[in-house]
Amino acid sequence: MKLPKLPTPPLPNSLQGRPHRPAEEQRPGPVEQVKEAGMSAVDWVDERTSLSGGLRWVMFRKVPKGTNWFYTLGSATMFAFLSQAVTGVFLAMYYRPDAAGGAYESVRHITNEVFLGEFVRGMHKWGSSVMVILVFLHMARTFFFGAYKYPRELNWVIGGVLLILTMVMSFTGYLLPFDQRSYWATIVGVNINGTGPVVGPYLSDFLRGGAEFGATTLSRFYAIHMMMIPGAIAALIGAHLYLVTKLGTTAPPWLKANGDEPRDLEDRV
Amino acid sequence: MPDPRKTPKSKYTADRPYYAGSFEGETVTRRRFMTLTAHGAGIVATSAFLLPALGFAAGSAIFERPEVVWETVGKPEDFPDDTYVPKVVTEVSGIGQTGKTTIYMRARADSDRAPNPEQLHEGTTEDFIAISTRCMHLGCPVRFVDASKKFICPCHGGVYDFDGGVSGGPPVRPLDRFYVRVKDGEVQVGPRYSVNSEFRRFPSYRDPGQALDGIAQYMYPGRFSTPKLP
Repeated sequence: MKLPKLPTPPLPNSLQGRPHRPAEEQRPGPVEQVKEAGMSAVDWVDERTSLSGGLRWVMFRKVPKGTNWFYTLGSATMFAFLSQAVTGVFLAMYYRPDAAGGAYESVRHITNEVFLGEFVRGMHKWGSSVMVILVFLHMARTFFFGAYKYPRELNWVIGGVLLILTMVMSFTGYLLPFDQRSYWATIVGVNINGTGPVVGPYLSDFLRGGAEFGATTLSRFYAIHMMMIPGAIAALIGAHLYLVTKLGTTAPPWLKANGDEPRDLEDRV
Repeated sequence: MPDPRKTPKSKYTADRPYYAGSFEGETVTRRRFMTLTAHGAGIVATSAFLLPALGFAAGSAIFERPEVVWETVGKPEDFPDDTYVPKVVTEVSGIGQTGKTTIYMRARADSDRAPNPEQLHEGTTEDFIAISTRCMHLGCPVRFVDASKKFICPCHGGVYDFDGGVSGGPPVRPLDRFYVRVKDGEVQVGPRYSVNSEFRRFPSYRDPGQALDGIAQYMYPGRFSTPKLP
């Protein structure tokens, strides 16, 4: 049984506005004024940048039939990256890349003493694993849906580079807490790089900043971790998104192309 | 198409093509010249900051070597020839505990193989053997187990016998060694050197994981500069 909708009780007189008199000039209320100001500000920017066209191009795209939750893995990866970027910038406010023990001490300080330090460091630490997992799930989605095929090969290549850069971020970030695990994992990782023939030894020396793990190794890893690679990742995400917007997304493989149109005589009757 | 209003081509430039906006016989127009100049200036300006920056990042890391430091570890009689004595030396100065490493030392026994080559440097001695704890698989720290007279690596199961040669697991060459000298009655440890499976010395030491037998010694070249022993 549907209940009848009761009328809303009237507002008390003191809260009701004065009714409009026909003789009076219609004046915009404060709400209209704020709306008007906001719109004219947006118009001012749009008139000078034509951003609204680009925004419409990005936001209101045609999406193929059958688009499902798997298509959100790319955005999820990007949000993982944004979260890493924001928490990383704030961690850098307390972190000291000092190989003589200051690095470990500063991380201990962040974890144990700074307000919300354990939480923000935890987001950065666990978020890095989340990002790597999401990157691989996104890659698997692209692979199994055949979304890497023409004309999207270049986007697959850019995604491959982004995967490698994510791994470099994981590798360089692992050293920064500078405990025993970080130190020995980095020794092993740099030596794995060194096993590449001919260029390997020079790559190792470049990563360590010398023949031995020294004072500059930590600052090198820190600079690579927070300046070089994040910039490259952000730029490549931009290119990745541009191509996604330009080329559109693919339908899932279980949907036939042009499924609405008759495909042969039998379908026609 | 040549402009018919222009004066006829000279016979010296008759074979040259005509470019829009160019004088007769001009092969590089002013517009093209300016374009090339602007691009060239851009390349020069970019290289002017990029090349020094790259050299700054890679140069001293790849080409420079720290000075040779000799560190006293004890008296000659401190070292037996049937077991190893652990000593802590500083490999990298200025970073406290991080720059220190354990080495294992003993005196040379009569049963040990002869050094190869016999004598490489003036002033060093072959009477003592100083073995690095850096595992030659990927660089984890090995420890000497006295009961089995073997070096064991905790990471991936590398095993080395009493003179540091590989006896099992993934390592690609024997443990590195250090030059030793005796000065004023004190045993001193100097720079590191690598050996291949025949215990031939490579003064420009290689990183772990880089084999030194046969063609591998060319696949993993030594460093550009090796510090001279004093």
